[in-house]
Amino acid sequence: MVNRQQLLEKYEAEKNRILNRSGDIALGKKEILVCAGTGCMSSKSLKIIENLEKAIKDNGLDIDVHGTGCFGFCGKGPIVKIMPDDTFYSEVSVDDAEKIVSHLAKNEIYEEKLFINPDTKVRATTTNEIPFYNKQVRLALKNCGFVNAESIDDYIGAKGYQALALALEKSPQEIIDIIKESGIRGRGGGGFSTGLKWEFAFKNKADQKYVVCNADEGDPGAFMDRSILEGDPHSVIEAMAICGYAIGASEGYVYIRAEYPVAYDRLVKAIKAAREEGLLGKNILGSSLDFDILIKFGAGAFVCGEETALISSMEGKRGEPTSKPPFPAEKGFWKKPTNVNNVETLANIPQIILNGADWFSKIGTEKSSGTKVFALAGKINNVGLVEVPMGTTLREVIYDIGGGIVDGKKFKAVQTGGPSGGCLTEEDLDTPIDFDSLIQKGSMMGSGGMIVMDEDDCMVSVAKFFLEFTEEESCGKCTPCRIGTKRLLEVLVEITEGRGNMKHIEELRRLCTVIKETSLCGLGQSAPNPILSTLEKFENEYIEHIKKKKCRAHSCNDLIQYLIDVNECVGCTACKKVCPTSCISGEVKKIHSINQENCIKCGACKSTCRFNAIVVR
Amino acid sequence: MPNKIKVNLNSSHFQELDSFIDGLETTEGELISILHKAQSIFGYLPKEVQIHIAKRVNVPVSRVYGVVSFYSYFTMKPKGKYHISVCTGTACFVRGADAVLRDFEEELEIKSGETTKDGLFSLDSLRCVGACALAPVVLINEDVYGKEDAKKVKEIIQKYMKINSEG
Amino acid sequence: MSKMNITIDGKNIEVDSNSTILEACKKLNIIIPTLCHLDLHDLKMVNKSASCRICVVEVEGRNNLVTACSTPVADGMVVNTHNIRVMNARKTVLELMLSDHPAECLSCSKGGNCDLQHMAERFGMREIRVTGKSQSTYRKDKTVSIRRNLDKCIMCRRCETMCNEVQSVGALSAINRGFDAVVAPTFEVNLHDSVCTFCGQCVQVCPVGALTETDRSWEVIEALANPRKTVVVETAPAVRVALGEEFGYEPGTNVTGKMVSAFRQLGFDYVFDTNFAADLTIMEEATELLERIKRLKSGEKDVNLPMLTSCCPAWVAFIETQFPELLDIPSSVKSPQQILGIIAKTYFAEKINVDRKDMVVVSVMPCLAKKYEAGIESFKEDGNPDVDIVLSTREFAQLIKLSNIDFNSLENEDFDNPLGESSGAGAIFGTTGGVIEAATRTAVEWITGESLDNVDYKSMRGEEGIRIANLKVKDLEINIGIANGLGSARELLEEIQAGNPRNLHAIEIMACPQGCIDGGGQPYHHGNIDIIKKRKQAIYEVDGKKTIRKSHENPSIQKLYKEYLGEPLGEKSHKLLHREYDKKERV
Repeated sequence: MVNRQQLLEKYEAEKNRILNRSGDIALGKKEILVCAGTGCMSSKSLKIIENLEKAIKDNGLDIDVHGTGCFGFCGKGPIVKIMPDDTFYSEVSVDDAEKIVSHLAKNEIYEEKLFINPDTKVRATTTNEIPFYNKQVRLALKNCGFVNAESIDDYIGAKGYQALALALEKSPQEIIDIIKESGIRGRGGGGFSTGLKWEFAFKNKADQKYVVCNADEGDPGAFMDRSILEGDPHSVIEAMAICGYAIGASEGYVYIRAEYPVAYDRLVKAIKAAREEGLLGKNILGSSLDFDILIKFGAGAFVCGEETALISSMEGKRGEPTSKPPFPAEKGFWKKPTNVNNVETLANIPQIILNGADWFSKIGTEKSSGTKVFALAGKINNVGLVEVPMGTTLREVIYDIGGGIVDGKKFKAVQTGGPSGGCLTEEDLDTPIDFDSLIQKGSMMGSGGMIVMDEDDCMVSVAKFFLEFTEEESCGKCTPCRIGTKRLLEVLVEITEGRGNMKHIEELRRLCTVIKETSLCGLGQSAPNPILSTLEKFENEYIEHIKKKKCRAHSCNDLIQYLIDVNECVGCTACKKVCPTSCISGEVKKIHSINQENCIKCGACKSTCRFNAIVVR
Repeated sequence: MPNKIKVNLNSSHFQELDSFIDGLETTEGELISILHKAQSIFGYLPKEVQIHIAKRVNVPVSRVYGVVSFYSYFTMKPKGKYHISVCTGTACFVRGADAVLRDFEEELEIKSGETTKDGLFSLDSLRCVGACALAPVVLINEDVYGKEDAKKVKEIIQKYMKINSEG
Repeated sequence: MSKMNITIDGKNIEVDSNSTILEACKKLNIIIPTLCHLDLHDLKMVNKSASCRICVVEVEGRNNLVTACSTPVADGMVVNTHNIRVMNARKTVLELMLSDHPAECLSCSKGGNCDLQHMAERFGMREIRVTGKSQSTYRKDKTVSIRRNLDKCIMCRRCETMCNEVQSVGALSAINRGFDAVVAPTFEVNLHDSVCTFCGQCVQVCPVGALTETDRSWEVIEALANPRKTVVVETAPAVRVALGEEFGYEPGTNVTGKMVSAFRQLGFDYVFDTNFAADLTIMEEATELLERIKRLKSGEKDVNLPMLTSCCPAWVAFIETQFPELLDIPSSVKSPQQILGIIAKTYFAEKINVDRKDMVVVSVMPCLAKKYEAGIESFKEDGNPDVDIVLSTREFAQLIKLSNIDFNSLENEDFDNPLGESSGAGAIFGTTGGVIEAATRTAVEWITGESLDNVDYKSMRGEEGIRIANLKVKDLEINIGIANGLGSARELLEEIQAGNPRNLHAIEIMACPQGCIDGGGQPYHHGNIDIIKKRKQAIYEVDGKKTIRKSHENPSIQKLYKEYLGEPLGEKSHKLLHREYDKKERV
């Protein structure tokens, strides 16, 4: 493609096909969309596609099947949609493919695999009837779920690369002004103004500059960036080219986790297709812009999400952060001005350019505009990817979209921001979610992990889980993080193993404060957050662990006791026989007892007892 | 040191690695990509391979080792024929991943990070494969096990032993 | 340079805009504690990892504390360096560090010289409120030169910076991560299996006891106590200008006389001077150089030029591991230490009628690589080494203290002859440029056949890592290169590999920046570079005061050739004073 005109012509040629698929027009041709994201692929969605295609052929039908990006409703995957009818099948198995096609041949709906609304028990025939989608607004995930990530024609048909064409008709400063005015803030963790970041990189003059897309999604429990790259890689490529034009960079890099093979494959294909279409390379769309993208692999280090560590890693070094200043915008990759944005941030850019700063800034809250994608997981019914306007409350996300807690248990807390974030509780449920309110509540947005916990989760253990993570992921460069996270973890182990004392709480607080204030990079500075927020909201649980040696969630092995229920024990001696430490005593037909001193809490007795006479307390 | 090392690694593997390195525009900044390639060829990164790469990239071997030992993705131990990774991301953690990992450790009688004596299984944990809906998730080579499947540790292992004995 | 106004602890100051907060504090006489920070600008060594976090200060308007060492000033910046928030943070950071540091100060060879210990003292540490359960433990490693006990490492990374960025040796790198992160050789092998040259610069800059020399002073005590042994000592030119620092003398004080006296008090039978051997080195090396140049002049192709000096064992280890293809160009002359050893155990032993097996040669050196050099197999006869025990300047000072000697009140004494007489040329071996200047003094006289009036070759002196001197001697043009610091050496060697564009004929290389005066075995300079400069000044003063300033005019040398060796490069000298080089494959 040599100019904008040709791009528009191509768009005209492709758009109806895409509109039919998104349900916006009905051409009469049926299309089947199957989620080909990692989640659904793990449940054999590729085999489903194969079977669908075979069944279509066998039935002599003219129906296209498309593997698309993530639909978001991962908990009910694999998901198959029939367009333009918008029929939504969930938890589809490999064997269902044939039935779906045979029903389709008869213009019928395959009722069995429709989603059942758990409240009304009514089967939803279309996506609109599913509460999970009701409050969502999809911007970053706009194309996920109906374009084929491996087809650049699909993307162009969905208005793809028009933002780039439009941008090239403006000046770099105008682009930066639009991004600034839109109010978009970095979706990777810190929430820094994207427009300002671009402006810094723009203003630092250099013979070479770089655009880097941070796809090193390291928060264990967040997968929005992966889903975007798997489902809509071109939006990221387009955004990087726009950024390159705005800041004056001709080279872009995507730094991607090595654990994301599917995202990598699709990104490679997308870059290749964009080059072939002249949307990357020299004189893009007839302009003076030269821009190309290369890929760099991460190798399993959470700290590389921090931009200076990421740059070290891109240069082939240990992923250790460096002091800021100098910021990457001054001295980044190979000491040249470098702009680093995360995937989700970039995925918003084309739409901001197309629809204007004003349009974007009206979505969300005043200081946090736009939407945010959350990876909703844990003890929640509707596990999946959720995109909501900033300012949506936690209650809406967890109950209206997430469908509440698994097995009707009681909500206890929700952890946001991953290892850098904190826990929010019942009283925070009506807090509108945005960058600042979360920080105010002692947590943070982070990359958007949202893990829901119920009454079976021990909050001290949760804090310990995150400290195990940060202790392992600390790069080891600075003292507070290298030694401090170790010491914090040691104290938490003492407490969860029943050796805690009240001085430990004081020690935790003091260390946490100093580690936050003195660590070199964001990893260390935020590592204490899981402890500080649980101490703030669940100090009673810490004290229970310490003083009463009790874990109310029965999750800390060293603080639970296996006891014999005297009303149930029949004296069968079965438990006595299996006990590996011979700590159970008792004669036949007499009530047994467990010597707590020798009990190693292996649980063998409990699983052996046929009379429910062993209880855990 | 190195002159004592017997190079018993397949020389065609080194050729493959060399042609990858030769194909790079520059080796500057490409150490991590080269290590990725080497690990995909050799299955792990033994000392000989690191020494070879250092020579090709013209950096001290200490730097190569510094990088290899920094990133959790790189390993200096050969993995088993069936490599088991238990996801210990947050979503899997709250859904009992630690117990799943413990079950595998007990069943295989190895610790996370180790390989069974017969070289059949190796075990480790990894952070989030992004299939949180299936939590707890276990990966065995390319196969994904989630939810209740992941808890049937004994059966899963037996399945692979059977596949192996049937060749 | 634009200026900026900042306020620190209520005091205003105007500083250059590229200053750090730490530099601004220094101007205000505010002493911020630092550990990892080390700025040896003149030696091209700036460690700016900002990793220890001891120097944190509060900058108003910023959420977190910042490190003074790495944070640039900004106009209008308001800094607090000692409010309770800062003091608590700093103290806690130190406590964290101490919680992972073995409390072995009583038996640590760095005791009294340890920056961490000084820090604890300065902070008035009376208890460590961080109850660390586990301590990081690593493989201990003891080579003949350097001992690594990385349990004591505080990850300041100075050694890594020194080894890689200054010396370009690449033996050390940070490995692992998190609590297990540490600096180590490749695959954590022992240093002698690594590309380490034992230059000891890592030891020189280590703030704690993680890297120290391998102490052999007790073996000296045992040898002195053994009545069957004749114990001979030799001491290098750089030792006498630094030893005084260990006894409270101003840096740069020449304590040769007291040093000799101390050796006698310790009970050494003969006190010899490595400077004598340096003169002997020049006889051989200058002859070798002239011979090679002669071959070149006669039109011979592939003459192995430029000739590289070979006095420095760390440098020799460097070329053997890193540039094996260049091994034909160094001079084949042994180092002065080894020359003195072999002359003592042959010529001198025969003279006093002592079997070499009953003679112990102790060498006191500013260097840790000399310990390694003395152990090289080819420098032994039937397992008996030419040099038996090598002590660093620091170990020697320790030995003096151990033996109840009040160094400061000692009388000045002279070396024993014949191996104690030396020229000024031998003295300047201790500083960069000295060896080649000494060789020039002799070579020029040999070429011209006339006596040289001015022996001060100022063009060869200086501080830059690489220096070039172009001489015109009669119709002969001789181009000389000088490199100090192995990083500079690498640059020159790469230049030679690229075809020797500057047409150099001789190159002097010293592994340590500024030469032996800043050797790995010298008293710790703790980052104060003025100390090095003063030592250098003292070396040139020693030279200047000598009546004999050319090696070939040293009467004891002349006598040695006449009585024993014959001619330079002759059969006997070749056998005793020359060596071969081995290619070494290490990681």
